[in-house]
Amino acid sequence: MAKRSAPEINAGSMADIAFLLLIFFLVTTTIDKDKGLVRQLPPPLDEEIIPPIIKQKNLFVVLVNSNNDLLVEDEPMELKDLRQAAKDFLDNGGIPAGQEGHCNYCQGARSPSSSDNPDKAIISMSSARKTDYTTYIAVQNELGAAYNELRDRESQRLFGWKYTEVKAAIDAGNYEGNEEKAKEKLKQVRALIPFKLSEAEPKSN
Amino acid sequence: MSKFKKKKGGELPPVNTASLPDIVFMLLFFFMVATVLRKNDLKVLNQLPPADQIEKLDKSRTVFIYIGKPGPNYKGKAREAIVQIGDRIVDVSEVKTAILQEVTKLREELQSSAIVALKIDQDAEAGLVYDVKQELREANLPKIIFITTAGESVE
Repeated sequence: MAKRSAPEINAGSMADIAFLLLIFFLVTTTIDKDKGLVRQLPPPLDEEIIPPIIKQKNLFVVLVNSNNDLLVEDEPMELKDLRQAAKDFLDNGGIPAGQEGHCNYCQGARSPSSSDNPDKAIISMSSARKTDYTTYIAVQNELGAAYNELRDRESQRLFGWKYTEVKAAIDAGNYEGNEEKAKEKLKQVRALIPFKLSEAEPKSN
Repeated sequence: MSKFKKKKGGELPPVNTASLPDIVFMLLFFFMVATVLRKNDLKVLNQLPPADQIEKLDKSRTVFIYIGKPGPNYKGKAREAIVQIGDRIVDVSEVKTAILQEVTKLREELQSSAIVALKIDQDAEAGLVYDVKQELREANLPKIIFITTAGESVE
């Protein structure tokens, strides 16, 4: 038989097939961009440990009722003022210079009736059972923002960059420079402004 | 007549579409790689609240908990907010067992540092969230992340 060259396959429909697949994947794709507020839960309750006594002035009490109203340190407050109030409390540095526990980097009012230093200061949040999750998250967000802004300020003062920006860059894996050193510095900043947010059991009303 | 012929010759040649499949394939591969087929079939409503102090989530060591009012996929009787872990609706008291079971599905070396991602509907109540958090505390999974959308939470 005479040698015949194989007929060429018509590739004109290739684009159509590819389009079909493309559209399938376009529709099923959910590019996940989950972000959120990171929190650390306390360890399981141990009956034998007696809770340490905390001075009233070192405690910043935030209550949210079932109507989503805020009561901060026994005063009603708008959500937008919460961040500044929390910052003022954390940054107070009530112990005078020369005494143990004096906070030399605090820039607050240094009122003796507010927190001693950021290490001692604890924010206590408690909500009602019927509080909206949206409000709950908004309050958590504002309190977190107070800590983040103070950390930003301290890292700016010590190292010339912002805590949150460098942390985000390291988390995303695109930090330029020595990552280990930067992590060490982040740790230093965290030690200056430790995150101390406690949550009490919600009340039923 | 020759005038007309000349005009015809001056027309634009058709655009060569031979590279069209290549372009389409390129797009196709991008989407194939970027696709994450949804593992969990959501049975609850899940509209997340906004927040702006947010951090990125490391997917590989995460287990998800969904909380919200029953959605259209839900077949049970509950009317109030319910908890979904994996594909199942669980009672609040069963969260601990269910989540520990989910954690064992992670890669072994990541199990000890597992993060629990809470995807909670904005209309859920704080009391239920607290109960779930107590369960996680019991289960020794202290690292949690409240998944939110990006945005201002203060009007």
